[in-house]
Amino acid sequence: MKRHVLPGLRLSLGLTLFYVGLIVVLPLAALAVKAASLGPADYWSIVSSPRAVASYRVTVLAALGATVFNLFFGLALAWVLTRYRFPGRRIVDAMVDLPFALPTAVAGISLTALFSVHGWFGAALAPLGISVAYTPLGILVAMTFTSLPFIVRTVQPVLEDLDPALEEAAQSLGGSDFTIFRKVILPLLSPALLAGTSLSFARSLGEFGAIIFIAGNQPMKTEITALLIFIRLEEYDYQAAAAIASVLLIAAFLMLAVTNALQARALRYTVKG
Amino acid sequence: MKIRLDNVIKTFDTFRAVHGVSLEIESGELVALLGPSGSGKTTILRMVAGLEYADGGHIHFGDQDATDIPVRNRGVGFVFQHYALFPHMTVAENIGFGMSVSKVKRSKAEIAARVRQLLALVRLDGLGDRFPGQISGGQRQRVALARALAVDPKVLLLDEPFGALDANVRHDLRRWLREIHQELGITTIFVTHDQEEALDLADRVVILKEGRIVQQGTPQEVCRDPRDPFVLKFLGDANRLTGEVRAGRAIAGGAEIAAPGVADGPAEIFARPRDLDWSESGPGVAATVTRVLDRPGERRVIALAGTGEPLEFDVEPERAIVAGEAGFVTLRRAKVFSLA
Repeated sequence: MKRHVLPGLRLSLGLTLFYVGLIVVLPLAALAVKAASLGPADYWSIVSSPRAVASYRVTVLAALGATVFNLFFGLALAWVLTRYRFPGRRIVDAMVDLPFALPTAVAGISLTALFSVHGWFGAALAPLGISVAYTPLGILVAMTFTSLPFIVRTVQPVLEDLDPALEEAAQSLGGSDFTIFRKVILPLLSPALLAGTSLSFARSLGEFGAIIFIAGNQPMKTEITALLIFIRLEEYDYQAAAAIASVLLIAAFLMLAVTNALQARALRYTVKG
Repeated sequence: MKIRLDNVIKTFDTFRAVHGVSLEIESGELVALLGPSGSGKTTILRMVAGLEYADGGHIHFGDQDATDIPVRNRGVGFVFQHYALFPHMTVAENIGFGMSVSKVKRSKAEIAARVRQLLALVRLDGLGDRFPGQISGGQRQRVALARALAVDPKVLLLDEPFGALDANVRHDLRRWLREIHQELGITTIFVTHDQEEALDLADRVVILKEGRIVQQGTPQEVCRDPRDPFVLKFLGDANRLTGEVRAGRAIAGGAEIAAPGVADGPAEIFARPRDLDWSESGPGVAATVTRVLDRPGERRVIALAGTGEPLEFDVEPERAIVAGEAGFVTLRRAKVFSLA
């Protein structure tokens, strides 16, 4: 084995691998084993049942919507927080982390209260014919709230470290502000944006607490996959719960694979030739 | 393009970086702004570029007042100290950037042809497909220059162009920049804190201190006739002796030298290390050798004068001299400034 300058490689590597096994791999393996104990036909009939498919649909679409919204809003927020100095900047900066700190159930209840027909937002939106609480839109709002910090917090440090000379160079070469953003800043942010996007999307897929209060949870309409798993567990149908959960797991793996590939592409300039 | 700075002022918060600097640069001239850090040299360069706006005074490009023209319309090529190459673009894309975002539309083939031509000019043929992270520092510097030249600037501005490179590369690039300047004849200003670089490269050297011009002139003028002790010391190692001028002669300890035109009274005497002579017997300034440094061309002797002033002088490589030896230092050539 190659000798390393820093001591403790074996100990630290051993410990971390042990914990990864204990905390991450073991539960996932148990899940896979449980789901595999179903025959292929049973498995397929559970994961492709109309109620399950409807839950995937609403979960994935709402998660996509929330992620796209956060992509733009999170980038804008990170930009404002790093580029401009204004009174209250630190307070806004601290507030970005609130969705992390707040119990998601509290967020769900507050959002429901705000968006119900008698709430501040709900009452204002009702005359326009828009209802948020107890609709898929409500799910999207809850997901947006809980996953907002991911994109801000991944993009912000990269934006802070961006060498101002790059923008000055682009300006001196005649680039307009928009061109500089599109051709210089955005490509350099894209790995961080991708990382934030995938985290935000993953969080939205798995979000439970905030959503169940605002969603209304009507089967086939506003029932998210995480809730369906919970319902199966309460019915002591562990195999069905594991089967549906395995679908979420596979979706998460696929998405991580895709974002990793995209990230590698965006970072290909860092490979030493 | 002729450049004229007219009483230019720049203040950062409460710190005044540039105090009313006026300067004229002739078309096609290669000028060095030389000064220690904090002398305002980079700020002046950035104001000429339009990367900073002057708080007072005017900057003219030819007959045009360029003071308020933003950098993107000023037609300058700027080479940054740490190159500021776009890391996600290849060398060719970096060089072509200015042309591809220009209002003057060029075809892809046209840009590619010009990029090839520039790559040849900076002697980087065949490296167009590399990313900046995959080439050496000296190569990056040349890419930065090619990128700045690609927009056909009226003025070329370089901020500490060779600061981050090692000595050998620096030396080669210096000669090469001089050749490119000769070939293109473009008005060029560069900033440096390295006096040797400024003297080697520039037609004219502008020496700055604390946001003001102290002296400007050809390398010969500033070297042969430094206007004050700051310029003299900044341009190279110098020994300082305090003494007195009487009837046109400066006297310090036992050493004497002609000082025509200097008023009688206390004076500072400055002499370069190679302008001092060492002998075992007087007259001269009594001194004791503390250390001898061997260099390829000479032996540098560090000694302590009887008056407590440190002295540095050079002797022939063959000369035997050791630490602890006592002797006398005489002046062969010196510059005398009156302290009165």
